[in-house]
Amino acid sequence: MAVSKLVLAATSTKSCKVLLGLRVLAFSATLSAAIVMGLNKETKTFVVGNVGNTPVKATFTAKFQHTPAFVFFVVANAMVSFHNMLMIAVHLFGGEMEFTSFRLLSVAILDMLNVTLISAAANAAAFISEVGKNGNKHARWDKICDRFATYCDHGAGALIAAFAGVVLMLIISAISISRLAQPNKCSSSTAAAPSVLP
Amino acid sequence: MAKLTKRIGALVLRLAAFGAALAALIVMVTSRERASFFAVSLEAKYTDMAAFKYFVIANAVVSVYSFLVLFLPKESLLWKFVVVLDLLMTMLLTSSISAALAVAQVGKKGNANAGWLPICGQVPKFCDQVTGALIAGFVALVLYVLLLLYSLHSVVDPFLLQKS
Repeated sequence: MAVSKLVLAATSTKSCKVLLGLRVLAFSATLSAAIVMGLNKETKTFVVGNVGNTPVKATFTAKFQHTPAFVFFVVANAMVSFHNMLMIAVHLFGGEMEFTSFRLLSVAILDMLNVTLISAAANAAAFISEVGKNGNKHARWDKICDRFATYCDHGAGALIAAFAGVVLMLIISAISISRLAQPNKCSSSTAAAPSVLP
Repeated sequence: MAKLTKRIGALVLRLAAFGAALAALIVMVTSRERASFFAVSLEAKYTDMAAFKYFVIANAVVSVYSFLVLFLPKESLLWKFVVVLDLLMTMLLTSSISAALAVAQVGKKGNANAGWLPICGQVPKFCDQVTGALIAGFVALVLYVLLLLYSLHSVVDPFLLQKS
């Protein structure tokens, strides 16, 4: 009984607005994660030694392209934000198209695929950042966050946005799957009554 | 008759996914190698990396869940819940594989810009076992995606369309 009530609640017109709002939030979260990580770059000059009395300086750059996990992070977040933008466009401007079960099924499947994609990207970047922040004494990998603090901070911000995107995409996917059970139109021109399949 | 074969197919898929997740778990846990070079003894275990620990935990959760769902009775109402839980488990699997793969890639190729040297040269057997665990985890992921599509199909089509 509770499940059918949940399903009914998921298909009312109010939930259409909720779904749209969630998609806008997820779009902005993943887009900001992609942009912040994509522009993540820090250049610093260090003293690496002394020749006599004069210090020898070398310039090091920390870019997101150095780490394949971050490249995957940027690409995946861009893809998921593009998917959300597409779904928002379909939601707003696709009202005249017939609401077939194929359309709902493809939306649900695409949402599921994008949930897995964004969770994979966020997690890979999170664990690589953990190695960069704490180092790994077993593998003798030094931490880099003490030297490139701004790079690490921006990366942390992008990660938080991506994890917010993960949670939002999971909720969106759950709503899309529950809308498969009882489809109804979400366009603003028709009435708000949910249709029950015979 | 078609329904019975479908159900048996789904059971076989879930058993295979359980087996794959369990295999990934066991192979990762038993990966341990001791190497010594330059009078320094180095032991590589899966607990050295946080990503590998997460991989083990995620695969343990997925194995236990698969095992429990194997015994779910056919007419239970929990099958609708199984769809969402399947999605959660797929997310858990992809994230664990992705994290372990990212760290293992650094271990194999190193990261010249960060000054991280590859470790696979010193502990090749450990690296091979980690690779095997990752492959098993990937197989479990593919099976879980198939299971997710199947449970979506079985929950949406027969159960709810026939309810009046």
